[in-house]
Amino acid sequence: MDLFAILSILDATIRLSTPLLLACLAGLYSERAGIFDIGLEGKMLAAAFAAGAVAAVTGSAWLGLMAGMGVSLATTLLQGAASITLKGNQLIAGVAINMLAAGMTTFLGQTWFSQGGRTPPLGPGGRFEPITLPFANELAGVPIIGPIYAELISGHYILVYIGFIMVAVTAFVLYRTRFGLRLRAVGENPKAVDTAGISVVLQRYQAIIITGLLCGLAGAYFSIAQGSGFGNNMTAGKGYIALAALIFAKWKPVPAMFTCLLFGFLDALQIRLQGAQLGGVEIPVQAIQALPYVLTVVLLAGFIGKAVGPKAGGVPYTKER
Amino acid sequence: MSARRPLPRWADIALLPAINLLMAFLVSGLVVLFVGENPLHAIQVIIYGAFGYGDGFGYTLYYATNFIFTGLAVAVAAHAGLFNIGGDGQAYVAGLGAIVVALALDQTHWLIAMPAAIIAAGAMGGFWAFVPGWLQAKRGSHVVITTIMFNFIAAALMVYMVNRVLKPATTMAPESATIAVDGRVPQLRQFLSFFGYSPVNLSIVVAIAALIGVYILIWHTKFGYAMRVLGANPTASRYAGISNSRMIMITMTISGALAGMVAINEVMGVQNRLVLDYVAGAGFVGIAVALMGRNHPIGIALAALLFGALYQGGQELQFVIPGITREMIVVIQALVILFTGAMEGLFRPSLERAFMLMGPEQKTEAIAVSTAKPES
Repeated sequence: MDLFAILSILDATIRLSTPLLLACLAGLYSERAGIFDIGLEGKMLAAAFAAGAVAAVTGSAWLGLMAGMGVSLATTLLQGAASITLKGNQLIAGVAINMLAAGMTTFLGQTWFSQGGRTPPLGPGGRFEPITLPFANELAGVPIIGPIYAELISGHYILVYIGFIMVAVTAFVLYRTRFGLRLRAVGENPKAVDTAGISVVLQRYQAIIITGLLCGLAGAYFSIAQGSGFGNNMTAGKGYIALAALIFAKWKPVPAMFTCLLFGFLDALQIRLQGAQLGGVEIPVQAIQALPYVLTVVLLAGFIGKAVGPKAGGVPYTKER
Repeated sequence: MSARRPLPRWADIALLPAINLLMAFLVSGLVVLFVGENPLHAIQVIIYGAFGYGDGFGYTLYYATNFIFTGLAVAVAAHAGLFNIGGDGQAYVAGLGAIVVALALDQTHWLIAMPAAIIAAGAMGGFWAFVPGWLQAKRGSHVVITTIMFNFIAAALMVYMVNRVLKPATTMAPESATIAVDGRVPQLRQFLSFFGYSPVNLSIVVAIAALIGVYILIWHTKFGYAMRVLGANPTASRYAGISNSRMIMITMTISGALAGMVAINEVMGVQNRLVLDYVAGAGFVGIAVALMGRNHPIGIALAALLFGALYQGGQELQFVIPGITREMIVVIQALVILFTGAMEGLFRPSLERAFMLMGPEQKTEAIAVSTAKPES
């Protein structure tokens, strides 16, 4: 494989891991605050639809992005109302959100646009364009560093850069701010937070609001950056892979980035390897597709390291009476 | 608030689910109104499509058969305090067992092929749930996450198996060889012309047997008692000398085997071959069915019938009212899960208070509760 082929796989890796990364960070805020979130998939799907629909109607990618984030936020708050205020089962709430999004997006898509659940293709301006970083063209001629900068680092959608910046921001917020300390505390020991006079409910709502906004970015990426318009079940289980990545990264932001890059790389490889031979033996594409899930199961089982989630995760907080 | 009394039994098992279901329908009705269609007309179409004529009713029963199996799978696990979200994957993988046995025995008689396939499908489905159960019992990984992962692993595995192993060389479509007529599970229309062309088959008898079997298992056996103790209080069950890890593994296996019965209905009764994605989300409907049916076989039978009717009626709906697609049913299903499962806290407290007001001796207490300052 020459440099160009390697670069093109890595380039695809970055493109494919971005939505995983955004969704994974979204889940990180929620789960670190003690709310298990298996509804990432549904929120992304809802956001992808809203973004695609609004961008198609208004012709503005930014309005689409706002709509995606808004719808994702609203869905998150519904999930939050069930699992925080009403103290319902967080897992069941997540399942309901996923199903609601799957049904509503196709239903409304068909009713509004009559294209079998798709939103109309986006015109110019309706879709985010790749950004060429400064000096990319000038440096392209420089050996090795030039192509890496021009092909790999430059020329992505703005949401890609936001995703990677969010890793640093999340790490800072989580470990270096008072908000982050409290966020981690409500996930580990909400009673202690409550005793300190901080509202557990409020803290958890703040966390899931961030979750909702990030899921909105991730969903919008599918329909108005990577794709041009929304298609049925567009997120195709990526929300679950993001969840797997979150567990694999042991609920930490920087490992989350590397895990998402790894899972994105497997995805890129899988697309590239369709029917390809490797050392005379054909590797089934399905094996690579299943690898992220298998790896997560193996990790969870403690065969390679051990993933232990936030202690208070999954339990609605009830004050003593 | 400690003075709050639990609801009377009938209200807990019938009234509350009915209110939650009503809410789900109400919200769905608003969605239908929102897109400019008449919800009452839609309900009329659904009811006629599901029950109004033989074909429709047959389809309703065919869908209900799947949902009984997946609903029971979720319920059995729930009694032991486990949330089996992997019914879809278990039912899917069970298809391997069903098709291999069916193809091997399809020259004999369905009376031989069907029981053998039930065992094989149950074994495959059970195995697919046993592994997450084993991982939770012995390695401490959460069964919810593992079963989700297993759904995806199952999807990849089945695409591979169907395309590379089971597909005959002469076939283009991704499907296995067809089961010979003698090996198929007979459809009810062969005995009753009432069912028209609908695919409802003898699997429904297996479903009814499963309902009865689960009832006996949970409430009339030592094992079922141990399961419920584990579900109610794992610490207590360990002190009582019950091996929790053994219980988790066996319960998950039973749960997966029940989900696996979907394969009998689909592969041997309807499709007559193994196709891709034949489970079509039935595992997830099972979650709604179990929640609605309060994890009790009678409730599950009724809820499965309800969802069967919704699925069949929903198919009809998109022909009669083109403005409403069948995805509306998925929305209703999601709302049922949301209201009966996750947002139960919405109506339970006020209902409890209402019942307290009705009983004279509790009335003063109730007033005291409702006038007391809300907890900060």
